[in-house]
Amino acid sequence: MSLADYQDRRLDAAAHGGQGDVGDYLALLKPRVMSLVIFTALVGLLIAPGGIHPVLGAVAILCIAVGAGASGALNMWYDADIDAIMSRTARRPIPAGKVTPEEALAFGLTLSAFSVLVLGLAVNWLSAGLLAFTIFFYAVVYTMWLKRSTPQNIVIGGAAGAFPPMIGWAAVTGTVTVESIVLFLIIFMWTPPHFWALSLFKRGDYEAARVPMLPVVAGEDATRTQILVYSVLLAPIGVAPALLGFASMAYGAAAAVLGAVFVWYALRVYARREGDAARKAAVRLFAFSLVYLFLVFALLLADSIAARLIAGGWL
Amino acid sequence: MSNDDGIRQTEEQKKRQRKRSLAIGLAIAGLVLLFYVITLVKMGPGVLNRPL
Repeated sequence: MSLADYQDRRLDAAAHGGQGDVGDYLALLKPRVMSLVIFTALVGLLIAPGGIHPVLGAVAILCIAVGAGASGALNMWYDADIDAIMSRTARRPIPAGKVTPEEALAFGLTLSAFSVLVLGLAVNWLSAGLLAFTIFFYAVVYTMWLKRSTPQNIVIGGAAGAFPPMIGWAAVTGTVTVESIVLFLIIFMWTPPHFWALSLFKRGDYEAARVPMLPVVAGEDATRTQILVYSVLLAPIGVAPALLGFASMAYGAAAAVLGAVFVWYALRVYARREGDAARKAAVRLFAFSLVYLFLVFALLLADSIAARLIAGGWL
Repeated sequence: MSNDDGIRQTEEQKKRQRKRSLAIGLAIAGLVLLFYVITLVKMGPGVLNRPL
């Protein structure tokens, strides 16, 4: 074998995988997105009426987390071409050449199958079915279909991120109820202003990758209007748990204040349309949106714990 | 077969492969433990059976 042939085979081996570190595979699971999924699913599981064995509850959360990670890996497999173009995603394992698309696909499919099967066998098949649908919705409906074809991509695709608390709730109750639909709706209505704020200050990335995000297709002014509309719709849905009676009025008051602050940040985005002030307003709304979602779910959890302590005579 | 045949891994590649193998091994061991505990909880004598 000549040296040239040998080097070719070396390069060939690199192209055929086996290069990734354990950390690269963990990065395929989108750990930051996963942390939000774990938190919201945990809140759904803990505030649901009735009880679940702590071990089975932990298994449910583990399966939801792994399922979410698997859909992240499938998303990175399909989106490697546009990830390579966008500054935010260019260092992901596939565009960085650490993991091949085939390895990511196999990793994602394996984890998807295991997470759904274990959740079904250990907890119940409704929650497993919802998890399977969530993975399908994120990987196929959002990533393969909507993301590159419509500026409404993240509105409909946002449903995938909204399912985890509903899965957590279903793990305990075995049903889908109005309460779990409200938890779903909070995240569903939160997603558009969250991602459109991001896309306002990362517009160049999406343009370069030809992803039809709203600011690219409809313009920044239309995006600001849409952000405001969704923020105004989100605020009362955040209060809905108190109005429907599965959270206290104290929660309702806190959620109302948080919703009002959200709308205020959205109004600043709406009003400031030029230069650095516009960019800063979008960055601040994006940052606050993360705080908002965390606090709403943390308050729901605290409220539920307090209610149980009061019912048990502890408070 | 001569030494030139087949794919030769660099030391770095071998190190990464060892780490991946270790991670897969740990994951399988974790699954075994997980299935054992789930079986105990779901089918055991109920000593661990209490609501959250």
